[in-house]
Amino acid sequence: MAHAESAAAPAILGEVKPAVLPRAVLVANNRSFSWITEKICGIIEGKTPVWWWWCFAVACFVASFTVAGLTYLVATGVGVWGHANPVNWAWDIVNFVFWIGIGHAGTLISAILCLLRQKWRTSINRAAEAMTIFAVVCAAIFPVFHVGRIWYAWFLFPIPNSNYLWQNFRSPLEWDVFAVSTYGTVSVLFWYIGLLPDLAVLRDRFEAAGNKLRSFLYGFFALGWRGSNRHWSNYEMAYLILAGISTPLVLSVHTIVSFDFAVSLLPGWHTTIFPPYFVAGAIFSGFGMVLTLMLPLRAVYKLEDLITQYHIDCMCKITLATGTIVGYAYAMEFFIAWYSANPYEGFTFINRAFGPYAWAYWIMISCNVITPQFFWFKKVRHCTWFVWILSIFVNVGMWFERFVIIVTSLARDFLPSSWGYYSPSIVEIFTFFGTFGVFSVLFLLFIRFLPIMPMAELKAVTPQADVHGGDHP
Amino acid sequence: MAAPSYGLIATFETAPEIYHAAQQVRDAGYKNWDVIAPCPLHGLDQAMGLKRSIVPRISLAGGLIGFCTGMSLIWWTGASDYKLIVGGKPLFSPMFAFPVSYELTILFTAFATIIGMFVVNGLPRHYHPVLKYDQIKRGMDDAFFIVIEARDPRFNLANTTALLAKAGGKSIKELEA
Repeated sequence: MAHAESAAAPAILGEVKPAVLPRAVLVANNRSFSWITEKICGIIEGKTPVWWWWCFAVACFVASFTVAGLTYLVATGVGVWGHANPVNWAWDIVNFVFWIGIGHAGTLISAILCLLRQKWRTSINRAAEAMTIFAVVCAAIFPVFHVGRIWYAWFLFPIPNSNYLWQNFRSPLEWDVFAVSTYGTVSVLFWYIGLLPDLAVLRDRFEAAGNKLRSFLYGFFALGWRGSNRHWSNYEMAYLILAGISTPLVLSVHTIVSFDFAVSLLPGWHTTIFPPYFVAGAIFSGFGMVLTLMLPLRAVYKLEDLITQYHIDCMCKITLATGTIVGYAYAMEFFIAWYSANPYEGFTFINRAFGPYAWAYWIMISCNVITPQFFWFKKVRHCTWFVWILSIFVNVGMWFERFVIIVTSLARDFLPSSWGYYSPSIVEIFTFFGTFGVFSVLFLLFIRFLPIMPMAELKAVTPQADVHGGDHP
Repeated sequence: MAAPSYGLIATFETAPEIYHAAQQVRDAGYKNWDVIAPCPLHGLDQAMGLKRSIVPRISLAGGLIGFCTGMSLIWWTGASDYKLIVGGKPLFSPMFAFPVSYELTILFTAFATIIGMFVVNGLPRHYHPVLKYDQIKRGMDDAFFIVIEARDPRFNLANTTALLAKAGGKSIKELEA
C-alpha cells in the first residue's frame, strides 16, 4: 500500500507546484553591494559626531570610578569591600557572573546561529561579538582583584613558581580560570577573523582618500587580504570551524561558572539544575544587552534597512524563550527544594522569597519572569522604545539573579549562630558602577573605528550575491 | 613577450556573470588563476573547481594536541612533579582533568584553525601584484575579477584574452609583476 503511494507521488508532484514560502528580507529595500559599503564605512569615515564626544566624555568619567575603586583596593586591601563572615563572596562574584553572562549572547549570535544557518545574525553579530569581548574584560576585573594581592594573580595559572606548588585542578575555580581565559581568547580570535575582510575594505578606501596613516593601520591588520576566492574558500571553512568550537565553548563556560557554586555543598548552590539554568540565564541577559545597545545604534545611524523589524522580532523571541526557561528554573528550584525533603534546602528557598533579601528576590522575579512575557505580543515587539525599556529590566533582573543566588545562600547557611547580613561598601558600588563606563568607552571606540556590521557577510545574504540570479534550479 | 607580466585581469559586474565565467575558465583547463570577490559566493568554489579546504585537518590536529596537553599537564603537575594528596583523592583521574582539557582542546583548535587558514592562504602578504591594480578596490566593494596568472602552462596572451572576453570580462588588463 505504502509502496504504491510512493510510486504514484512523482506524477502528482509534476502537476502541483509547491508553494514558495515567503522568506524574510534581511537587507530591506533591495540595497546594492556598494550601498552597504558606503553605509558602514561612512560611519567610520564621517566626522566624529558631537554626541559621540559627549558620550565618550561621560563614559570616561564613569570608568574612572572603577579605576579609583581598584586603586584604593590594591593600596589598602580587600577589607575596603563589604565582605565579612559569612558572606565572603558578594558583589565581586555577582558582577563577574553578570558580565560574563552578558558576553554569552555575542557568542550565541556569532556561533550557534551561524551553525543553525540563521542568516539574520549577520547584521548584529559584529557588534554582539564586540560586546562579548568588552563584557569579558569587565568580568575579568573582579576575580583578578578579589584575590586581594593582585601581584599574586598569576598563581592562578600553572606557571612554575618558587614554592614548587601547582594548582589544584580538582577545583572548579581552577577550571573557571581556563574556561574564562579560553573564552576571552577565542572570542577575540573569532572577532578578528570576521573583521579581516572589512579591514581590507577600509584599507583601500582610506588609501583612495589619501589618508596614509589610517590606510597603513587598517592595512597592517588586514594582513594583505585581497578577496581571493581561493582564500574565501579556506576562510569560510575556518569560520565554520570556529563557530563549531565556539558553540560547545560558550555552553561550557557558563556551565563551569555554575560549577563554582554547584560543586560546593551550600544549600541553594548545590543543585544539578545549575549548568543549564546558568546558560539560559546568560543568553537571556546577553540578548537583553544586545537590544539595549543595538536599538539606539540603529536609530542614531539610521540602520533600519540592515537591522529590520524582523531582526528585532527574532531577538525579542529569543529573549522570551530564554526568559521563560529561567522562570521555569526558578520554579523547579523551589519544587526540588520541597521534593528533596532536605530541611536546609527548603529553608534556603523560603528564606530567599520571604527572608531579609526578599526585596532582591522579587525584583529578580518581576524583571526576569514577568518582563519577557510582554514579548508574546507583536505590538510590543514593534514598539522600539518599549522593547528598549524592557531590555533594561532584563539587565537589572539578571544582575539581581546572581545577587540572590550568591548572597542569600551565604548569608544564612546551616547554623543560625553564624548568620549575617551583607551590604556593599561604597567602594564596591563605585567599582561596579564604573565597569559600565569601561564597557561604554570600549564600545564607543569600537563603533567609531571599526565597521559595526560585517560588510562581506551582509553582501553574501543579499539577492545580488546569488550566482543564479534568483533563478535556482 | 615584451615586459614580464603577472597575468591578466578582467572585470565582471554581477554574481551570475562571474559564476559562469569561472566555469568557462575552469573548463578551459587553467590551474593558476583566481577570482576576486567582495564576499564569498555560494557555489563559486565548485564553479572554480576548488577542492575542499584542508583547514579542518589542521584544526583536528590542534584539538588533539590541546586535549593531550591538558591531560598531561594535570597528570604531570599533580601525580609526577609534586605529589600532593588533596581530600584523600587519587593523584590523577581523567574525570577532574576533563574540564581543563576540554577548554584547552577548544583553545588549541582555534589557534590551529586560524594559523592553518593563514598558512594555507599564504597570508599575511602585504604586497601582491593584484593589489597594485588601480581598480582592485572595487573588488572589495561591488565588482568581481578573474585573474589568470602568466605562469599557468596554458597562458597565452592572445588566447587567454580572447577567453576572458568570450566569458564576458570587461576592461581586460595586464598586471605588472
